[in-house]
Amino acid sequence: MNINDVILKTVSKAVVLIILTFGIYLFFSGHNQPGGGFIGGLVIASAFVLMFLSYDSETVSEALPIDFKKLSGLGVLLAMTSGIAPMFLGGAFLSQSFGYFDLPIFGKTELATVTIFEAGIALTVIGVVVNIILSISEDE
Amino acid sequence: MYLLILTILIPFFFSALIPLIHNRVGSIHLGWLVLLVPLVLFSIFTAQIPAISNSDILMQTVHWIPSLGINFTVYLDGLSLIMALLITGMGALVVLYSIYYLSPSDSFPHFYAYLLLFMGAMLGIVLSDNLLVLYVFWELTSISSFLLIAFWYHRKNSRYGAQKSLLITVFGGFGMLAGFLMLHSMTGTFSIREIIATIAQYTDHALFYPAMFLILLGAFTKSAQFPFHIWLPDAMEAPTPVSAYLHSATMVKAGIYLVARFTPIFAGNAAWFWTVTLVGLVTLFWGAYCAVRQTDLKALLAYSTISQLGLIMSLFGLGSAALHFGDGEQGALYGLAIFAALFHMVNHSTFKGALFMVVGIVDHQVGTRDIRRLGGLMAALPITFTFAVIGSFSMAGLPFLNGFLSKEMFFTASVNAAGLPVFGAPTWGLVIPIIAWVASVFTFVYCMIFVFRTFFGTPHLKKADRKPVEPTLGMLVSPAILCVFIIGLFFAPNLLGDYLLRPALNGILPGISGATPHISAWHGFNTELFMTLGIVVIGTVLFLTLRSWIKIIRLQPAGWTFTAVYNSFLKNLKKASNWITTHYMTGHLPSYFAYIFMFFILIAGGTLIYTGALSIDLTSDSPISVYEGLLAAVMAIAAISILFAKSHLAAILLNGVLGFSIAIFFVLFRAPDLALTQLVIETVTTVLFLLCFLFLPEWTAEDSSKRTKLRNALIAIGAGVTITLIGLTVNSGKLFDSISGYFENSYELTGGDNIVNAILGDFRAFDTMLESLVLFIAGLGVYTLIRLKLGKGSGKDEHQ
Repeated sequence: MNINDVILKTVSKAVVLIILTFGIYLFFSGHNQPGGGFIGGLVIASAFVLMFLSYDSETVSEALPIDFKKLSGLGVLLAMTSGIAPMFLGGAFLSQSFGYFDLPIFGKTELATVTIFEAGIALTVIGVVVNIILSISEDE
Repeated sequence: MYLLILTILIPFFFSALIPLIHNRVGSIHLGWLVLLVPLVLFSIFTAQIPAISNSDILMQTVHWIPSLGINFTVYLDGLSLIMALLITGMGALVVLYSIYYLSPSDSFPHFYAYLLLFMGAMLGIVLSDNLLVLYVFWELTSISSFLLIAFWYHRKNSRYGAQKSLLITVFGGFGMLAGFLMLHSMTGTFSIREIIATIAQYTDHALFYPAMFLILLGAFTKSAQFPFHIWLPDAMEAPTPVSAYLHSATMVKAGIYLVARFTPIFAGNAAWFWTVTLVGLVTLFWGAYCAVRQTDLKALLAYSTISQLGLIMSLFGLGSAALHFGDGEQGALYGLAIFAALFHMVNHSTFKGALFMVVGIVDHQVGTRDIRRLGGLMAALPITFTFAVIGSFSMAGLPFLNGFLSKEMFFTASVNAAGLPVFGAPTWGLVIPIIAWVASVFTFVYCMIFVFRTFFGTPHLKKADRKPVEPTLGMLVSPAILCVFIIGLFFAPNLLGDYLLRPALNGILPGISGATPHISAWHGFNTELFMTLGIVVIGTVLFLTLRSWIKIIRLQPAGWTFTAVYNSFLKNLKKASNWITTHYMTGHLPSYFAYIFMFFILIAGGTLIYTGALSIDLTSDSPISVYEGLLAAVMAIAAISILFAKSHLAAILLNGVLGFSIAIFFVLFRAPDLALTQLVIETVTTVLFLLCFLFLPEWTAEDSSKRTKLRNALIAIGAGVTITLIGLTVNSGKLFDSISGYFENSYELTGGDNIVNAILGDFRAFDTMLESLVLFIAGLGVYTLIRLKLGKGSGKDEHQ
């Protein structure tokens, strides 16, 4: 396409940052407020999609050398591992636990193993969505 | 703590590790690293022998899905220990052998990853106490066997053999799964130990015999019993180390293990006795008979394996009579057969493993396995020849080799069975020793063919074949070790008997003591010895006159085999499904929607009316606000407008209006999570649509007939009405207690305030995990369909 897309490129530079921040915020806030692994992953994925749309895929791949197929595989693996690990600690498959810890800077913080599971889901979603859109857009 | 569980997981772990490390091993052959796994596991299991021989039992449990009674319980008793030692011991020898057998052009990472996958799965079968866990490992062995048979996947025969073995063993596996579920519905547990403890109350249950036959179906298909034996000869397309390991020493013994494991559950009645015995005897005879007319050395060994598996199977059938009598003299008498079965199972692994390795050496050094072209190799391959003589003479049941001892015990058991006072044996019992004897004559003949046709006489080699020389030392180590066992077990059989076979027998025949004899080679001039002498005399005569009668056997028409039945079944299945598919897969999207919605209306709507669940009660609903009404109107207008859209862009935008309106509905109903998700999904979908926009054909108006349009309109309205009715009904009646109270406690239970996420990540995490897996597979599917252009680079495979 030969359309002059300077505006799109300039705007997306700023917007991608905002969307990414928002996505990461959504991911972490999911435990107690709207958000979570799936929706956080989707928002992050849409930021990547915007990058691929406004720049060509070679430029983005150079700046962002991520194989999204492997990323989705990693996500599934992470989710499964977080399910299998408790079996060796006396729990059932996929049982999650949480606790409250006093951390420096953060103060009293709740840490939950479900975050690892959610991270797996998020990585899968990012990988799959970007991968599908890239495959279709690069098809001759 | 979890040592036993680790023994199952270690092979899987290394199997997954191989793709990551195979590039980093440098000049070291990958096989040497892999060899460590079975060696370490073998020493772990060897260390358990003292405890197990004291009749101790090791058990470890990891909770998996406790709410469904599925726990990863690992259970090591005598029977499991024998199998585990065979799996890891033979595994080590086979890996060592394969280092020299495989050619550098083969893909080592694939080979060893599959082999370790198999090893882990097989250990899983023999150590699992839980039926469902056992089933999963059972199918994993079928899959790894499939991958290994198709290792040289560019050959058409390899792919055929792999598919055949998978179809037959998985078919049996499904039957077995049904049998397991029946057992569960009878006894209420998946634990084999608990079932053994309580089964006595359920022998009159209507499901007892169906469960028994279905589980036997699984065992018979896996252990290549007649008439399911046809997959094993075709499995010989696998590399020879695989044949030696999976298709003679371990995987095909999984069915036998299953029969042994379920003997305390099902045995003691006539149905089990006759089914197992007769299937075993027929397999014994048919395998030996077919082996005689083979011209390929590996095919000969394949049929001989079938035959020997039949022998072991029939022994388990004969021995099951012991449980009818219980503890006492007669129980001990018939229990002897089980002892013989276990003994022969070990012996068979030693001599058949050695023989397969001999064939591998001949094939590797000469370049052919065809008996008609081989001959006179004794001078060129003296060491290999020695192994061949030891292995096949043991298989033939000749003295000073372990096969003699177990063959004699087999005859003892068959003669004992002729005198069995129950199960109708007084009338038919004599059949058993007769079949056993005739089959053993054929066994003797094919053993002689194996040795004399390969190593004596004159060769008929073509120029293309290599000049035979002994292989490198490394290739001879594994068969040499097995030959040491073959001879050693003849002179010291009671070491094996006391330390391993006795505790195994106690597990198979609980409560029956005294069935473990002192194994001795000389029993005086008794029936068994005369049977052996008869076999040697008649067998030698038959072997010497082989040329005159082998033609008669080969007269059997080519179409009259079970393989032909299998092939024609598969062909007709393909034809029929092709016919059905071409008739409804029209490639026309509206007809697919018509099928889907008609089916939905019939099943969902039909159920709603048929069960009388339809009830609409609007009294307790909150009033509809103005916003909601407006939004619904917008959606209705957008939906109807799509029908009249004149371009793709208009249709996509109107569809977007629908999606975003739903998001607003979620906002109105205070479901921010759903609203967020819907918004982002809608955005991504629109991007996808825009990407596909370029590839879409021109928008053309449907010029279908009035009748089709009317039909489609009716289906559309019907689907809408059904959905609406279901929605209203669900909201009106309460058929079940609400489970929302459970979720309301999410903060106490999961530490999270967000109920939606507590459900997704904790309460229903299993769903979420599998959904992410489906998403992953779908993503790979899209990628593959778009990127992989079929037809390029697949040219080197043989088609047709």
